[in-house]
Amino acid sequence: MTDLGKKPGQPAGTPLLEVVGLRKTYGDRVVLDDVSLTVRRHDVICLIGSSGSGKSTLLRCLDLLEDVDDGVIRLDGREISDPRVDPREVRRRVGMVFQAYNLFPHLSVLDNCTLSPRRVHGLSRREAEERARDLLATFGLADHVDKHPDRLSGGQQQRVALVRALCNRPDLLLLDEITAALDPELVGEVLTIVRELAERGTTMILATHEMSFAREVATTVCFLSEGRILEQGPPAEIFSAPREERTRQFLRRVLPG
Amino acid sequence: MTDAWSPSKRERERRGIRRRRRLQSVLVATTLTVVVFAGLGLAIVSSPGWPSVKDLFFNEFHARESFPAVRDGFWVNVKLFLICEPVILVLGLAVALARTARSAYLVPVRLLAALYTDVFRGIPTILLVVLLAFGMPALQLQGIPNSALFWAGVALVLSYGAYVAEVFRAGIDSIHPSQIASAEALALSRAQALRFVVVPQAVRRVLPPLLNDFVSLQKDTALVAAAGILDAVFAARDYGNFNFNYTPLVVVACFFIVMTVPLARFTDWLQRRYAERERAGAR
Ligand SMILES: Nc1ncnc2c1ncn2[C@@H]1O[C@H](COP(=O)(O)OP(=O)(O)O)[C@@H](O)[C@H]1O
Ligand SMILES: [Mg+2]
Repeated sequence: MTDLGKKPGQPAGTPLLEVVGLRKTYGDRVVLDDVSLTVRRHDVICLIGSSGSGKSTLLRCLDLLEDVDDGVIRLDGREISDPRVDPREVRRRVGMVFQAYNLFPHLSVLDNCTLSPRRVHGLSRREAEERARDLLATFGLADHVDKHPDRLSGGQQQRVALVRALCNRPDLLLLDEITAALDPELVGEVLTIVRELAERGTTMILATHEMSFAREVATTVCFLSEGRILEQGPPAEIFSAPREERTRQFLRRVLPG
Repeated sequence: MTDAWSPSKRERERRGIRRRRRLQSVLVATTLTVVVFAGLGLAIVSSPGWPSVKDLFFNEFHARESFPAVRDGFWVNVKLFLICEPVILVLGLAVALARTARSAYLVPVRLLAALYTDVFRGIPTILLVVLLAFGMPALQLQGIPNSALFWAGVALVLSYGAYVAEVFRAGIDSIHPSQIASAEALALSRAQALRFVVVPQAVRRVLPPLLNDFVSLQKDTALVAAAGILDAVFAARDYGNFNFNYTPLVVVACFFIVMTVPLARFTDWLQRRYAERERAGAR
């Protein structure tokens, strides 16, 4: 397939990801309607909004897990919503982590993390394991390398899932409510990792219900309501002085006090 | 708002591309299928021995001549299958439940069930058919049927019951313990938990492999021919030996294909449906 890598002749200002007029329907139900979003390198975009507002669907569309019904998605200036684009080419550069961890239960933590680097990116076992061990150690999982997922707590499993995505060195990381299935006391350890990634400049789009976290790490917050991005801007603006009444209502419901 | 939407120019282009690619794959599929099948047919028909094989196995005259006898015999296979299948289901489920019983009082039943599956899964079905169909009537016991057909049916039930029991047991074991815990937390007894929570889920999960066993049972009704029962295979062999022609066997094969294909397709369809449901759960 065509090379999706960074082209040398590209204008400096090309955003990493550009979404224009995205539309997605399931039957008669319009789930995403005219969604537009620009993601530059080192951006951290937080998608907030009530359950069913379309956050997961948006992330799934961006990872080409769903065909879109209209609109354009560009990665590095190249349209990836074209049916001729091989989704696997895109997914080599885009990592995704789900709410339910989805670790492979029959593989050890290390093997979970080296599967794709070895089979898709063609790393040798030694290289892949070195990279995985490095990352696992960085995120406090060094003791669990040889265990199977069922031996780990939810928080540890989710951290492994994050490391598994990172082992592919993705240019863009999509995180779908990765703390929603965790006990409250385990949420912190996962968010710590995401915070560290944000500080290192990893480009991320994350759907989250953790408002204080979004306020802290996001460069841009998008409020989704009924499949539309009703409002987007820097967290200070969205959280302190939202323009839309519906944003205000949502924030009143989810913010303490 | 939604009614006002009409596809953008880019989307219309994309739909065109998708349509063309679909058309392309249909074209490729059709061409390849035709080429492969034509090739296979040609290879067979042009082989040096084909004319004599054709006469021996695909003779139209003998096909027509043997058809009534084969059809009548096939009715025996169908009856066997229709009667054995429900009995096997009941027996299999009962044995599976017996094997999962935990109560101290039921230990003998559990051991008996385990012994049964071990023994009857081990004996080749054809041996069981011959042993029972010839052996049991020879005992001349009073009060039980003495026909070979009856005992051949019992042999099929015993043999397949052991398989089906294992399928059910695998299904029951695959239901997560938290389901039983939740049922027991609602004050259901263990038996009730099995009856209302575990078994319904287990049955749904093992339906495709079960149906697969039944496709296999449909074919294995032909084993009763070994016990001298006048089923389709026996009738075909009878005719063949008399007329030195194998065509009736091919006719029987066609009968069996016609009977098993619908069940096989149904199994495929069910499996696909379950796969889709599982995928929908994993988002
Ligand atoms: N496969 C699907 N089929 C039909 N409707 C779906 C499907 N997936 C999601 N939806 C609907 O799309 C809407 C948005 O869902 P989702 O993106 O999961 O919301 P969120 O992640 O913000 O909670 C919901 O109303 C949901 O019911
Ligand atoms: Mg969601």
